[in-house]
Amino acid sequence: MTAVALAAVDVAGPPLRERLGRALSDTWNLTRRDMKIWTRNPAFLVFAIVQPVMFVLLFRYVFGGAIQVQVPGGYVNFLMPGIIAQSAAFASFGTAIALARQMQRGVIDRFRSMPMARSAVLLGRLVADSFRMLVTLLVILAVGYAVGFRFENGVLPGVLMMLLGLAFGVAVCTVSAYVGLAIRDEESVGSFGLIWLFPLTFVSAAFVPVSSMPGWLQAFANNQPVTIVIDEMRHLALGGALVEGAWQSAAWLAGVLLVFVPLAVRSYRRA
Amino acid sequence: MPDREPAGWDGPAILVEDLHKSFGEVQALRGIDFSVERGRVLGLLGPNGAGKTTAVKVLTTLLAPDRGRALVEGRDVVRSAAAVRELIGLAGQSAAIQEELTGRENLEIMARLYHLGRTEARRRAGELLALFDLADAADRPAKGYSGGMQRRLDLAASLVARPAVLFLDEPTSGLDPRSRIGMWAVIRELVAAGTTLLLTTQYLEEADELADEIVVIDHGRVIAAGTGEQLKGRIGGDVVEFVVVDPGRLAAAVDAVASLGDGEPTVEAGDGRVAIRVGSRGSESLVLTVRQLDAAGIRTEGLGIRRPSLDDVFLALTGHGAEADSAPAERRSRRRPRAEAGVTRRDGTR
Ligand SMILES: Nc1ncnc2c1ncn2[C@@H]1O[C@H](COP(=O)(O)OP(=O)(O)OP(=O)(O)O)[C@@H](O)[C@H]1O
Ligand SMILES: [Mg+2]
Repeated sequence: MTAVALAAVDVAGPPLRERLGRALSDTWNLTRRDMKIWTRNPAFLVFAIVQPVMFVLLFRYVFGGAIQVQVPGGYVNFLMPGIIAQSAAFASFGTAIALARQMQRGVIDRFRSMPMARSAVLLGRLVADSFRMLVTLLVILAVGYAVGFRFENGVLPGVLMMLLGLAFGVAVCTVSAYVGLAIRDEESVGSFGLIWLFPLTFVSAAFVPVSSMPGWLQAFANNQPVTIVIDEMRHLALGGALVEGAWQSAAWLAGVLLVFVPLAVRSYRRA
Repeated sequence: MPDREPAGWDGPAILVEDLHKSFGEVQALRGIDFSVERGRVLGLLGPNGAGKTTAVKVLTTLLAPDRGRALVEGRDVVRSAAAVRELIGLAGQSAAIQEELTGRENLEIMARLYHLGRTEARRRAGELLALFDLADAADRPAKGYSGGMQRRLDLAASLVARPAVLFLDEPTSGLDPRSRIGMWAVIRELVAAGTTLLLTTQYLEEADELADEIVVIDHGRVIAAGTGEQLKGRIGGDVVEFVVVDPGRLAAAVDAVASLGDGEPTVEAGDGRVAIRVGSRGSESLVLTVRQLDAAGIRTEGLGIRRPSLDDVFLALTGHGAEADSAPAERRSRRRPRAEAGVTRRDGTR
């Protein structure tokens, strides 16, 4: 149509300070938005509260009697760190579903067409989901206390155990964020997007001692990150060697973040 | 009026040059060029899979082109993407609203994300809700909105920051005829306020209603451009159409009416449909057609006259119908296929 060589206008972006300020306020606005959406959605409430509580009760009273463990206080003390980690991991389901849905409906496209910090959508999501996860974990802890669980190692290690559980959940959330953004389809994410979480959490030390599994499975169960993190949480809650597990856990969580944050960011940008 | 009047550029509001974009094997855009003057409306018209959404995505900084360039108010959509985002509004092909939130919350959050202050955000949301006739439903979750209301809310969201250039990707897809006409009225008001608008559509009628200029694309290429009148002129005005009941008599029917139209009648052998372009000699040609067919003893169904549709544009320009595209069947089937003919006829009698 036109062959006129019109030179584009070059525009300097806002200074770094302003960009950082915007990134913070964008993230916070999206966090609030995501939390508000969560409170409006009854399904999420069931998923975040009712289901984990049911898990605690089922394992405590149905399977618990059949599982032999060597920890002070018996199975309920063995169970709680495991179930807290497992619930934190499964809380990431909400992350994947929400991102896939927003992708599918064009919400992410709209955000990407707006003068918003690129990091804000993912960060806001993670912050909101961490709050949600914290609520879940505190509810589970309260139920755990009601059914006999006790921190045997003092308050500070107990708090650290909760924080480690939360950090583990956030790391899993970044994997789920990537899965949700990559699959982009709410239904597919809902039906198989998080299937990988089942073997990872169940073939671990979460619910039963690894020594009760067949030998070939033990090799996997003993060395996979979920077991490493849960063992460390157990040591924090009940006492025992701490240092080596702490390093290993930290290394695994950092590794997951290092791999999946860039992957998630990339699929967000390419959306 | 748009707040964010950009400076330092006196070229067109949108300039697209030699734009290419492929997805693996699929060449969605194969070199398109067009421009839109400030304050004007461009209708990007094309069938499923033509490349409309791809073009909109490139222009709104969502996709990087493989080749060519696109400028919005002189800002390059790749190199100055952040600056482009300050100027544009986008309402994509599906209503990008958050169903759990109320209409008001949806708009207020958008306003906050456009960095409006709290009070200003509240004010702007209220203003838009009133403008889009959503005030009564403002504090109900958007989940309960009708399709038309959700679309209006989506459009309102794209206007929160008073964009200088607005992109609407099939703003009326999925709406019933009445909501569609309501949407047209809303869009016309926007345009009257001076916003530059690019909208995509599959319907000539819609482009004709709303756009100052129409660019027809097909398989990633521009195949025609001009005003609605110019395009319809190229097609040759009205169309007389009928279906031959006995497939064996199709050739005879074409012979019988061959002399009545401008150019050869077009024939769809599949369902025995014959279309004759008759320019402005509508009713006269209709009568002649009936006489000729009757004289030849050919039985027909659905004989009638209609305004040209997108299909006719495509037949006239490319020799193939608008449906004959390479989009995967799954994409196409999401759509209402030809039901639009209804709208065409309704308005044709206006
Ligand atoms: N992300 C993608 N990956 C692969 N192919 C794609 C992608 N997006 C679009 N395409 C293909 O590119 C072509 C143009 O698609 P586009 O969505 O731009 O068409 P459209 O004109 O908007 O069609 P519709 O009317 O169906 O919305 C189609 O063949 C489509 O299948
Ligand atoms: Mg499209």
